[in-house]
Amino acid sequence: MSVEQLKYTKEHEWIRVEGEIATMGITDYAQGELGDVVFVELPGVGTKINQMQPFGTIEAVKTVADLFAPVSGEVIEINALIESSPAIVNSDPYGQGWFIKIKIADKSELKSLLSYNEYLPLIKG
Amino acid sequence: MSYIPNTDAQRHEMLKAAGVQNFDELFERAVPRKLWDNTEFKMPPPLSELEVSVLLNELSSKNICTSEIISFIGAGVYNHYMPAAVNALLFRSEFYTAYTPYQAEVAQGTLQSIFEYQTMVSEILGMEVSNASMYDGATACAEAALIASAHTGRNKILVPRTLHPNYAAVTSTYLSGLPIAVDTLPASDGLIDIESAMKMIDDKTAAVLIQQPNFLGLLEDVEPIIESAHKAGALAVMVVDPITLGVLKSPGEYGADIAVAEGQPFGIPQAFGGPLLGMMAVNKNLVRRLPGRLVGKTIDSRGNEGFCLTLQTREQHIRRNKATSNICTNQALCALAATIYLSLLGPGGLKHLGELALENSHYAYDKAVNIKGFSSKFDSPFFREFVVETSVKPSKLIEKALLKGILPGVDLSVFDIGLDNCLMLAFTEMTGKTQIDKLVQVLSGL
Repeated sequence: MSVEQLKYTKEHEWIRVEGEIATMGITDYAQGELGDVVFVELPGVGTKINQMQPFGTIEAVKTVADLFAPVSGEVIEINALIESSPAIVNSDPYGQGWFIKIKIADKSELKSLLSYNEYLPLIKG
Repeated sequence: MSYIPNTDAQRHEMLKAAGVQNFDELFERAVPRKLWDNTEFKMPPPLSELEVSVLLNELSSKNICTSEIISFIGAGVYNHYMPAAVNALLFRSEFYTAYTPYQAEVAQGTLQSIFEYQTMVSEILGMEVSNASMYDGATACAEAALIASAHTGRNKILVPRTLHPNYAAVTSTYLSGLPIAVDTLPASDGLIDIESAMKMIDDKTAAVLIQQPNFLGLLEDVEPIIESAHKAGALAVMVVDPITLGVLKSPGEYGADIAVAEGQPFGIPQAFGGPLLGMMAVNKNLVRRLPGRLVGKTIDSRGNEGFCLTLQTREQHIRRNKATSNICTNQALCALAATIYLSLLGPGGLKHLGELALENSHYAYDKAVNIKGFSSKFDSPFFREFVVETSVKPSKLIEKALLKGILPGVDLSVFDIGLDNCLMLAFTEMTGKTQIDKLVQVLSGL
């Protein structure tokens, strides 16, 4: 799936929706702004998260930022690779650097997310 | 730099700008009349340096110092021998006048001393990472509860009735503004009631606190509590007396997730109960929740060894209101005292010290419980402190014994724990057979 087909939040996160499941990560722009990612704190599998509420943190050398849930639902998988090699968030933000998979609670929430063309202006200028 | 912030000329200039003649007029115009307190202060006349010195000596001679009497006071703060080298090094002005520079890495010596402290503390507590120290054991205990709540996302802390009452009170105060409940684990016969504990530990429990030896000097059955905490997904926080750790199992060996201790026995005087030293150590999985400072060893761009603050910016400079804790400092001078003390003692010395405290307390126990009017309060094994029930009010006993140069212990009625006719006696290497025999003689004669 190309970046054009993903959905985005104003907090520079992307999700890829496949049926009931959304895979979530941060955008290439976000990883560039953060710099070298050294740690990502993710919730445990089974945690219920709510749209646009913080559910974890991402720590770079000079900063720490909250991660916001793009959609409400239940965390069904976390990317174990991130714990051992957080740098994959920088090197492959749309691929190996994904964070969590969410079982979407309410698909209507997806309407509030941005398309690629809506997201682009946020990172220009 | 002069500590007088402004000159007469500058003051005059300021008064002129304010449009008043003098400071009295300034206050008269600035503070409404009804707020004035016209009490006349009865200040003594000024004294010369000599007179001040005489006066202060007179006042301080009213204190009773442990060097003048035999003291069995403990309950969290103990009378240990302080090797002369501790203060000789500690009172070098490089150490005691220095405030950590805001660019902490400028003070490599300070950071190295903290790094050595952390290394010793992690070894003694048997944990992977120690922070640079906290104010005292009680606040370290409260901070441990915060870590547990943040880590587990749960909001119930179980505090046993056998935890030092001051620690329990400080923990409640620390947590009072937060949506965290503090529940008390009941005690029976001076120990945590295991059955009740098993029932109270549930999937809402963030942490169970356990003090070993507990406030009353008794040894808790730690394993089943830690096991049941872990089974419920809660953390186990152990509060320990570090002097015992050459003999007893360390929190790490017990499987605790967070270990805290009062470091005062390590080269810090009792001094009216402070300043103290909070020790705190965790395992690596909790390192990002560790409050306060953490010093790391690293290599600079030229390959030289150096020391730096680690993970600090995250907590205090960035996380701010979302940080585990807002402690931004450490108890550097007391931590240094402990570091010097421990380097003089070594592992063998620590073990020996623990054995002496253990032996002395048991020698005293056997004698004390046979004194008329005194009886053993609890039957469980104890380490260096024990409680006796007395037929005479403990406060009266203390008053009388003091006249004979003995401070026999702590009157437990000062704590609200239902032990009103009880006296608690503490033992160290300072209270050997000679001192104990004198204690027994004095208590027998009252």
